[in-house]
Amino acid sequence: MSLLSVDYIKCNLCQKCVEACPFAAIDVIDDKIEFNEACKVCKICIKQCPEGAISLAETNQKSVNKDEYTGVLVFAEQVEGEVHPVTYELIGKGKELADKLGQDVNAVLIGHGFDKQAENILGYGVNNVYVYDQPELAHYRVEPYAAVLEDCIQKFKPTIILVGATSIGRSLAPRISTRFKTGLTADCTVLDVKENTDLIQIRPAFGGNIMAQIITPKHRPQMATVRYKVMTAPAEVENPTGKIVICSVDGSKLSSGVSVLQVTKKPQVDSIVDADVIIAAGRGVREEKDMKMLFELAELLNGKLAVTRPLIENGWGSYHQQIGLSGRSVRPKLIITVGISGSVQFVAGMKNAECIFAINSDPTASIFNVAHYGIVGDLYEVLPRLIEQVKEGGTIDAL
Amino acid sequence: MDILVCIKQVPETNEVEVDEKTGVLKRDGIDSKMNPYDLYAIETALQLKEEQGGRVTVLTMGPPQAEEIIREGFMMGADAGYILSDRRFAGADTLATGYTLASGVKKIGEFDLLICGMQTTDGDTAQVGPAIAEILQIPHVAYVNKIEGVTETNLTVQKDMADSIERVEVSFPALITVTKEVNQPRLPSFKRKLETRDWEIKMLTLDDFADRKEEHYGLKGSPTQVERIFPPESNVEKTTWEGSGEELAGLIYNKLKEMKFV
Ligand SMILES: Cc1cc2nc3c(=O)[nH]c(=O)nc-3n(C[C@H](O)[C@H](O)[C@H](O)COP(=O)(O)OP(=O)(O)OC[C@H]3O[C@@H](n4cnc5c(N)ncnc54)[C@H](O)[C@@H]3O)c2cc1C
Ligand SMILES: Nc1ncnc2c1ncn2[C@@H]1O[C@H](COP(=O)(O)O)[C@@H](O)[C@H]1O
Repeated sequence: MSLLSVDYIKCNLCQKCVEACPFAAIDVIDDKIEFNEACKVCKICIKQCPEGAISLAETNQKSVNKDEYTGVLVFAEQVEGEVHPVTYELIGKGKELADKLGQDVNAVLIGHGFDKQAENILGYGVNNVYVYDQPELAHYRVEPYAAVLEDCIQKFKPTIILVGATSIGRSLAPRISTRFKTGLTADCTVLDVKENTDLIQIRPAFGGNIMAQIITPKHRPQMATVRYKVMTAPAEVENPTGKIVICSVDGSKLSSGVSVLQVTKKPQVDSIVDADVIIAAGRGVREEKDMKMLFELAELLNGKLAVTRPLIENGWGSYHQQIGLSGRSVRPKLIITVGISGSVQFVAGMKNAECIFAINSDPTASIFNVAHYGIVGDLYEVLPRLIEQVKEGGTIDAL
Repeated sequence: MDILVCIKQVPETNEVEVDEKTGVLKRDGIDSKMNPYDLYAIETALQLKEEQGGRVTVLTMGPPQAEEIIREGFMMGADAGYILSDRRFAGADTLATGYTLASGVKKIGEFDLLICGMQTTDGDTAQVGPAIAEILQIPHVAYVNKIEGVTETNLTVQKDMADSIERVEVSFPALITVTKEVNQPRLPSFKRKLETRDWEIKMLTLDDFADRKEEHYGLKGSPTQVERIFPPESNVEKTTWEGSGEELAGLIYNKLKEMKFV
């Protein structure tokens, strides 16, 4: 009983599949090829089998009637009345997807004591904002918020739901996808849609330097989370024509095992997210004291210093300075990466920067695939001289 | 109190790459370890047990080799361990994983508190914890970075909300996911290793569950499908500079000046 099926008549036990499997998910047991729990259905083995003996078994999942679901729904996240800017970015992407399908893009706003928030959201050109304004919803608590979102999905039956990959979004979205027994893809970096309304979700995958394209072919609604600063917010429209639709759910559905005792704003940390210029340090920097050099360059360019994950693990920076899939996404005007290899997880957090300079001594480093200016050189040779020149000013004669 | 911790075995290295020519995935070595965040989840459970009394059970879904991380859990101080292992669980996405783990929890017993790591280093979705809580119909609090207090009926925690810190109280039964700020995990003890050497690790398969419908597990129970995998795209309009440190510094400087960054 497996998802990939092997034609044992064709199979000559050459074991090419065993070697090719990146997840060690194929074993030979009693002279038979067997797949184990590590299998991620990447289908590499199907391509590698010289005998064409491996195929994907039909899973016989029943499909929902996709026509019953229309439109894109954006979860408009707010905390203490402040709408999270990722909302507008999702509206931008949501519009693009909805236009392709010839359908609507709508937003759902959940909380208590709103004044202008719904109007502001309309300003970005959505067709409807569904507003649930009830005292039980003043703070994010998972069960009441899930109950409201469930109500909204049942009423309006969206085919696609976009949620910000924030701490609230990443807590709420899996609750909803599980409730509707549908698919949810975390931290998508690219979204597109097929004619048949299947959402194309692309993200770095399998903890490696590869991307996966993921679809939810038989279930609706299709759900995806996207990090802040990955998509682009649309320009505000001149005369918004969208409507505000007031909704509510019965108070009895809004009970919760969680009570919020206190909310304390964190002191504003110097964030890399809104910086125009970023100098990013990677493992090419050999010692912690060398970070000073990068910090100096950042200061000279009025920028912020950021780092890759291994440096956080070394304790050379704090988490809010980490760029990447499990850190922050940034889209500065200029980023200079120094001693960074350019793994997909890092690149996912910075590839939308307007101008990318990369300094790396290895000409084959994958950071050069995304850099606009690739500088093949030793950072210890380049940086001190660059810093000197910036300090001196003037123009260097063309070399 | 009875606490269950979900732990996962993940690859030691993350260096999976696509060979540009053959399109084959390469991975150097397949050593594995416990998902680092799950160490914090176990430590949280052990500290709560030390305060309140009770039992700590560790649970994983994975191949039989995942026994290693259950033993590691024992060496840290867990009292019992289960592996959910069945070929029919293969190819599970987060929904099917959550469903399988929740089915396991129902089979094993009743718990006051379930603890998960905030995310795994291979899947990195942070979805499995909330999915389990949804299936078991209990509340959850994600991204807990401090345990403030515990009583027989509830837990007070702080959670990290990016721009703010929230103090919340949650009543049992509940699930929390913990960050690396929550504590410092203890090291596995050699003494415990000797003591627990003969402890049995219970293995459950689909046949042990109340819901034995195959279509709820593994690939069949997974709404998401990987349609294709591919190497990251590259930027075609790029300029590459090579030369001495001096020359390169000059080229960068001039460009930055032209673009008015200096
Ligand atoms: C699920 C998951 C999520 C992840 N999330 C993130 C994330 O959010 N952010 C992140 O950064 N990583 C993340 N990672 C880790 C990521 O895969 C890489 O391991 C990491 O980005 C590599 O960091 P690096 O480029 O600094 O180090 P390395 O890959 O070691 O690269 C160092 C580079 O420095 C160059 N170099 C060495 N010496 C010099 C010199 N003297 N001068 C110039 N160049 C030099 C080398 O050629 C090399 O290319 C994640 C991994 C996983 C599995
Ligand atoms: N196969 C698994 N077995 C046990 N626990 C798991 C498994 N997958 C995920 N988890 C738990 O869910 C958390 C989040 O995982 P993820 O959603 O993959 O990022 C992990 O830290 C574990 O506590």
